[in-house]
Amino acid sequence: MKFSQEFEQRFADMLTHYPTKRSALVPTLLYAQDEAGALTDEVIVELAQRLDLTELEVRNVISYYSMLTTKPRGKYNVQVCTNIACMLRGGEELLNHCQKKLGIGHKGTTQDGLFSLEEVECIGACSWAPAVQVNYDFHENLTVDKMDQVLDEYKKKGTM
Amino acid sequence: MPVREGGGSYPGDGVKRMADVNLTVDGKKLTAPAGTLLIEACKSVGIEVPSFCYYPGLSLQGACRMCVVKIEKMPKLQTACTTVVTEGMVVATDNDEVRQARKAMVELLLGNHPLDCPVCDAGGECELQDMTFSYGASESKFMEAKNHREEQQWSPVVYFDRPRCILCYRCVRVCGEGMDVWALGVQNRGVSSIIAPNQDDHLECEECGMCIDICPVGALTSGAYRYKTRPWEMNHVGTVCTHCGDGCKTTLGVRRCDTGMEIVRGDNRDKSGINNDFLCIKGRYAFDFAHSEERIMQPLIRKSGKLMPSTWEEAFELIGKRFAEVRDKDGGLAIGVVGSTRTTNEENYLLSKFARVVLKTNNVDHHRTADFPALAAALHSKPGQTASMRDVLTAPAILLIGNDPTNQHPLLAWQIRTNVRLRRAKLYVINSAPIKLQKQAAGFGLLPAGAEAKAVAFLGGDDSQLDSLVSDGTTREAWTALRDKIRAEQNLVIAFGSELRAQDIQTLVSVSSSLSGAKLICLGDYANSRGAADMGLYPDLLPGYQPVSEGGRFQQDWGALPAEKGLSLPEMVDAAKAGKLKALYVVGSNPIGRLGIDPFTFSKSLVVVQDMFLTETATIADVVLPAANSYEKSGTFTNTCGDLQLVKKAGEVTGTKPDFEMIVRIADAMGFDVRSLVPFGGGTHADMGQTRGAQSGEADRHAVWLEAHNLEPKMTPFDPMAILDEIQRVVAGYDVSRTNLLAGADQHIEIAHCGVGASHKPELIVPANDDLFSSGTLGRYSHTLNSVYENKPAESEIAAD
Ligand code: SF4
Ligand code: SF4
Ligand code: SF4
Ligand code: FES
Ligand code: FES
Repeated sequence: MKFSQEFEQRFADMLTHYPTKRSALVPTLLYAQDEAGALTDEVIVELAQRLDLTELEVRNVISYYSMLTTKPRGKYNVQVCTNIACMLRGGEELLNHCQKKLGIGHKGTTQDGLFSLEEVECIGACSWAPAVQVNYDFHENLTVDKMDQVLDEYKKKGTM
Repeated sequence: MPVREGGGSYPGDGVKRMADVNLTVDGKKLTAPAGTLLIEACKSVGIEVPSFCYYPGLSLQGACRMCVVKIEKMPKLQTACTTVVTEGMVVATDNDEVRQARKAMVELLLGNHPLDCPVCDAGGECELQDMTFSYGASESKFMEAKNHREEQQWSPVVYFDRPRCILCYRCVRVCGEGMDVWALGVQNRGVSSIIAPNQDDHLECEECGMCIDICPVGALTSGAYRYKTRPWEMNHVGTVCTHCGDGCKTTLGVRRCDTGMEIVRGDNRDKSGINNDFLCIKGRYAFDFAHSEERIMQPLIRKSGKLMPSTWEEAFELIGKRFAEVRDKDGGLAIGVVGSTRTTNEENYLLSKFARVVLKTNNVDHHRTADFPALAAALHSKPGQTASMRDVLTAPAILLIGNDPTNQHPLLAWQIRTNVRLRRAKLYVINSAPIKLQKQAAGFGLLPAGAEAKAVAFLGGDDSQLDSLVSDGTTREAWTALRDKIRAEQNLVIAFGSELRAQDIQTLVSVSSSLSGAKLICLGDYANSRGAADMGLYPDLLPGYQPVSEGGRFQQDWGALPAEKGLSLPEMVDAAKAGKLKALYVVGSNPIGRLGIDPFTFSKSLVVVQDMFLTETATIADVVLPAANSYEKSGTFTNTCGDLQLVKKAGEVTGTKPDFEMIVRIADAMGFDVRSLVPFGGGTHADMGQTRGAQSGEADRHAVWLEAHNLEPKMTPFDPMAILDEIQRVVAGYDVSRTNLLAGADQHIEIAHCGVGASHKPELIVPANDDLFSSGTLGRYSHTLNSVYENKPAESEIAAD
């Protein structure tokens, strides 16, 4: 399995940060997922081997974290928070709206592969609730209208 | 996940003794070494703190919170399984607050528990049931629908009922830390956590069943036992495993069936033996050969070329007549005797005696898998130099030369891993292949194949061997460094495989004698390989490695003995080819299948075979007697280390007899006075029920009563205990405490007190080459061993023993 030069550099650097190899697993998984789109069987085998873990151990960790996925997602992963602060300020309406607009449910992906949708727990942006995270970017103090704008922008970006 | 190894978990644990601290638990004052876990300190004074996830010897989990206790000056309840005792600590383990908290934990667990106890295998011995009874969480505030999932089969021996799982992670830890297999994991998180096997929907692992045994509830269940019976419907008999040479104690659950007593379960949950709670797949599941469809249940006599069912009387009469004819006409030299590595010491001793005294022959042999006579010779009169299986768990350092214990001596491997993990013992491995235990090794020397003896010479200081040791894996410098480390060890246990034979063992003993406190273990392959050797199943050795030429004590006890050494097995084959071997008596062995002997070799000899199955050897016999196996008889076994243990009758199959009885009856049929073969009747005068009146008529109840009072009847010539008396009296080294033995404790035999041993040709040793999933000829009749995925047909084993 081949990763980019950049990944390899990061990986090599990361190994020096921890007393045991296995500790580098979570960040490595994130970088690998960003690069490969998903943590496919091939990625799992490779990382298990590199970090002296069993494939089962790698899978256990992946299943623990909701930000890690074994199935490819859309180009833009829309994560709508419906935890307390966001819920009180309209997070659920945002989620319903996104579902309708994109025509997909929780963990679904649009047919063109552009968007996927996820209902998530607190993303640490309570002060600016309701909040939505798209890939690594945050969008805060949202309303249904603002959400439309956000989605439209991504759509434009993605189909350019 | 692991926080810290569970301290104080094995008897005699603790690398360094630390200062003692004083604490008070439930008003009781107690003292425990610093570093002791509170839960263990409580246990030491008989206060039970309930626990699910805590398991002695495994890493701490702190997951279930059943063990919460109140500790003064601490604001919240604390988990006793992760708290270390401190000076002046004042603890309450059973006040209202604690009980309430525990009740809440049980309620939470029951919230998603199927409560199918009436059909659950664990019902009656389930820790969750016990806790529910103790803390009474019968009402629930939870309204959520239960999360159901059908049971899953993960392998022929491991099944998983997910809804019953209480997520204590014991299975994950025992498989990973204990077995070093790491086949189980936890997927997802929080309420959706589940235990998952390594291959998505099934397991690929060592199939040991440790995970099943350690599961506190009925979530992991055993393919052999599930839905068959309930714990209280079985009798539980503690005996010794019949497979490899390590001698694990196994508690067999038995139940009446159409053909006698059926064995339905094997485990060692009471941790009563040298193996603590360890068993490999063979000890836990491979008792099923006993109920194989192919078992012979009637004596067979060859008539017009075909083996035909007959009666015991006819068979014994025929054998007695023909054996006597051959002996009287052609002499004892014309009779060969092949003994077994799976019959008891008493049977092996009896066979040895029968051959010499009744058949008048020294043509006695067995399938040799290790050179014990060489060890006896090298250690003669040098006591204190052999290690027991228990020593492997506590030795500060272990040297392993040859062998692959993970496959060939699973308990030894477990002892080594546990010692390395919990006590940081140093393991040194010298092998011609990268074996699994290399992972635990502090030093590893990779040899070219067959260079083990050279390595021993090198360890002894012979540097000229160095060139022949160097391999891709290990350089000259590495070998020298390894030797330095080994030489610096105190109280080293050295276990060696059958790669070392004859003179090599002599060299090894001189090396070990030069190291302070070093002790040896010679690794033989079958359950009573050591016993067969100790009891003199050799053409040149009597019991206790006493040369036949110096009958000594045996001459007084047994009477006149042939003094010329007899024929070894290969020599018997030659004699048969030359038409000089007129009769062959094979007890529980399959030399034809095992040694690839041409089946027509013995076509002119009278062949009598005692076995459970129609093996390659039994098929060519003139008379076949259906034998009971070691799970169906009483006596003793000696494991490969020399640990003597009691074998107890658990199962029973109608139509079979113990080899002991058959040997006695053949002697009787030959007109021999069996009283001089088996000294019965003169022993303990026992109460046979007279004092207990009419209620106690049943014979086996007498046996139960006698056993409970440590009395042994010895009223019949078929009582092996009468021979054990004689063994203890005349076989040097076997004069161990009978009381301890009867109480179920293992007793180490001192081989140094035995006779002078012998030096044999190395090629007489033929290793069994069994792995985790094979067990000589016996293994072929175990459905379980043949059904597991890991037992790939590609590695088809050679039939053995
Ligand atoms: S059977 Fe043994 S090796 Fe297999 S998963 Fe269970 S504990 Fe692990
Ligand atoms: S399967 Fe049994 S041992 Fe494993 S976590 Fe569940 S309850 Fe514990
Ligand atoms: S390790 Fe040996 S003695 Fe123990 S259960 Fe396995 S086969 Fe039997
Ligand atoms: S509750 Fe939504 S960001 Fe914290
Ligand atoms: S036994 Fe202490 S938390 Fe489980």
